[in-house]
This record gives sequence, structure tokens and C-alpha cells, in this order.
Amino acid sequence: MNRAPLTAATCGLLSCHVCGLVSKAPPTGEASRCPRCCGRLHSRKPASVSRSWALLIGAYIMYIPANLLPMMETGSLFGSQEDTILSGVVYLWSSGSWDLAVVVFVASIMVPLMKLIAMTLLLVSVQRRSVWLPVQRSRLYRIVELVGRWSMLDIYVVTILASLVQIGSLATIKAGPAALAFGAVVVLTMFSAMQFDPRLIWDPLHKVRTRE
Amino acid sequence: MQVIACHECDLLQREVSLPPGRGARCVRCGAQLFRSHHKSLDRSLAFTLAAAVAFIVANAFPIVGMEFQGMRNDATLLGAVHALWSREMFPVAILVFLTTFLVPAVEIGVMSHLFLSLKLNRRPAGFTVIMRILQCVNPWGMTEVFMLGVLVALVKLTHLASVIPGIAIWSFGILTLLFAAAASTYDIRDIWTRVSPVSRGKGER
Repeated sequence: MNRAPLTAATCGLLSCHVCGLVSKAPPTGEASRCPRCCGRLHSRKPASVSRSWALLIGAYIMYIPANLLPMMETGSLFGSQEDTILSGVVYLWSSGSWDLAVVVFVASIMVPLMKLIAMTLLLVSVQRRSVWLPVQRSRLYRIVELVGRWSMLDIYVVTILASLVQIGSLATIKAGPAALAFGAVVVLTMFSAMQFDPRLIWDPLHKVRTRE
Repeated sequence: MQVIACHECDLLQREVSLPPGRGARCVRCGAQLFRSHHKSLDRSLAFTLAAAVAFIVANAFPIVGMEFQGMRNDATLLGAVHALWSREMFPVAILVFLTTFLVPAVEIGVMSHLFLSLKLNRRPAGFTVIMRILQCVNPWGMTEVFMLGVLVALVKLTHLASVIPGIAIWSFGILTLLFAAAASTYDIRDIWTRVSPVSRGKGER
């Protein structure tokens, strides 16, 4: 009883990504539309892997200035100071709020890095048509989608600080160039995860079983 | 009987009827396929309208104020976006504006329209467009992240000056909870079958 599982693709069916309706694919593989919502139907997201790679590489590049350039520029009578994301975390830690330091460290350093690594792992494994731990890889993808938004934290912190601390020449806080790079990392990884098609994780598995 | 394909692993499965409030997961990859909410329309509508009120309050009043040597400075959400804009941080200003103001506003507007029409037993005007907007916009609403950001900023500032939490900080907190509550009461798939039910076998046409 090692029957291959039935998927929509092997049965010549297409599921609509807007309304979820399953309908029959047209015979010649021409572009088709969902009978219920008129959305365009695809068996898999078009050019999923290459688009996802492109956005991910962009995110990798932006990750470097995001961590090296200053996120926040504090100016006061006593001189000015520039804070990168990491030095902001160190400041929070050394000023006694270690709990917040952990939150910011997780949200703005660990989560983006983990997301980049996880997306790379998913893309490489899909390209190599790997059949390794599909359930866990699906779960990894779900976590990446769920957790990505939390990296916006530091941008909001800078936004609030910059608008509050404008006391003439006494003290000002400005958002630094890293805010832009960091925002780009978050947006690009979110788009990359959206372009990735998790069904590709399962496709090779199915091919192997039918061959047996 | 209706056939559904798992959106994460493409496995074909039969739709089963569930007791209200329960969810169905894919047998192979564990993704949530759908949830059943039979009498939840009132609840979704109530949460959405309450969220609309909280949203207005959250944007009309200052989030935090700061007092320093007799000078007082208040920050509202739109004021903060404006401050970024005037310092030529255009992309960041746009990003903050979209994720904390425009997307939640669109979501609230679209959802109230949707649930009100369903409540009045009407097919919502522009239904397919609305559903697509809701799906597109959903990952970009980041009210809860913004809420945490405000808290972190508050703690950072308490070392420098005396900060006064404004009314909007509470409304943002409530808004976050209401968004989560509203999201847990409706299911996209459920709304589709409610508005345009597919006759038996049409899917396999």
C-alpha cells in the first residue's frame, strides 16, 4: 500500500490562490482563469525560485549597510553620537534594561539573519530537488512568514524617538542611513518569502515515489 | 463533497464538516486548510467596528509626550511620519506610513464593508476585488510591531527625560488586540463559500 499521494498537479487540477477553488486545468496548458473569482490560475507560482533568489540576494546586500551604518544619530550640547543597531542593543543592556536588550537583539539582529539563512536553505534544497525532511522544511517556511514582520521594530523605535526628541539645540535624534537599508532588508525578505512556493518542497518527493 | 488542495503542499483532500470554532489541518504538511465559523459574523462585525473607533482615537491623540526643562513635545503617528519626511528620509517615512496607517485603515474599511453587506444579506459590491485587496494587504499591517516599538522607545527615553504616555498608546494596544480578535473570527474560505457557493461538481467541470 505505497500508493503515491494525489496532488492537484498530478491530477491535472489547479487550485486558485485567491479563493481556494480547485478547478480543472485547460488541456493545452494555456493561461486559465478561476471559474469563481476570475483570478489567474497557476499550478505553481511562476518563476518562483529565481524571483525569490533575486529578492533574497538583494536582502543579503542590504544587510551589510544595515548593520555597519548608524541607525540613530543623537546630537546634543555635549557632542554627537552615532548608534548602530548592535551598539543600541549594548546601550540598552548596559543601562540596565537587559530584557529590552534581548527583545531588540532578537527582533533586529537574530530574526533577519535567521530569515536569510532559512530562505537560502529552502531555496537550495528546492533547487537540488531534495527529499530531505519535507515536513520540517514546510514548518520552517511557515515560521519565516510568521516572524518576518517583527524585524520592523527598530525602525518604529527610531521613528518615535526622532519625532519626540527635538529640543531645539539641546538634543536631537535623527534616523540614520541604516534605517533605510534595514527597512529594505525587511521588505525584500518578506517579498522573497511571498514569491517562494512551498509546494515545490513536496514536488520532488512525489516524483521519486511514482518512479518506484 | 468538495475537494480542496493544500495551499502549501498541493495534496488533494476532501472537505469535512467541522464543529464551529475548529480548524482543519493538512494531513501531510500540517498547514491550516480552513476553520469553521458558522455564527461568527456578528462577532467579526463587532470587532471590526470597535477597531475602527480605536484606530481613530489612536491617530487623533498623541502617543507619547516628553517634558524636558519646561518644554513639552508630543508625538502622534502622523506627526512622526511627517518628521521623517521633513528630514528627507522619504522611503522610511513611506514605509512607516504604509505599514502603520494606510494598511490598517484599508483593512478596517474593507472589512467593515464586507461584514456589513454580509450582515444585510447582500453580496458586497466589488466582492472579488475586495477579497484580493484583503489578501494582498494583510501581511503588511504591522500595528502590533509598532506597539512594541513604542514601548521600547518609551523605556529608552525614561533615562533621558520624563515621558508621559498619551491616550493613543492605550488605543494602539486595544487596536492590536481587536485586530487579533477580528482575524480569529473569520476565514477567507468561509466567506467565499458564503458569497459564491459552488454547486456540486462544478469544480471538476
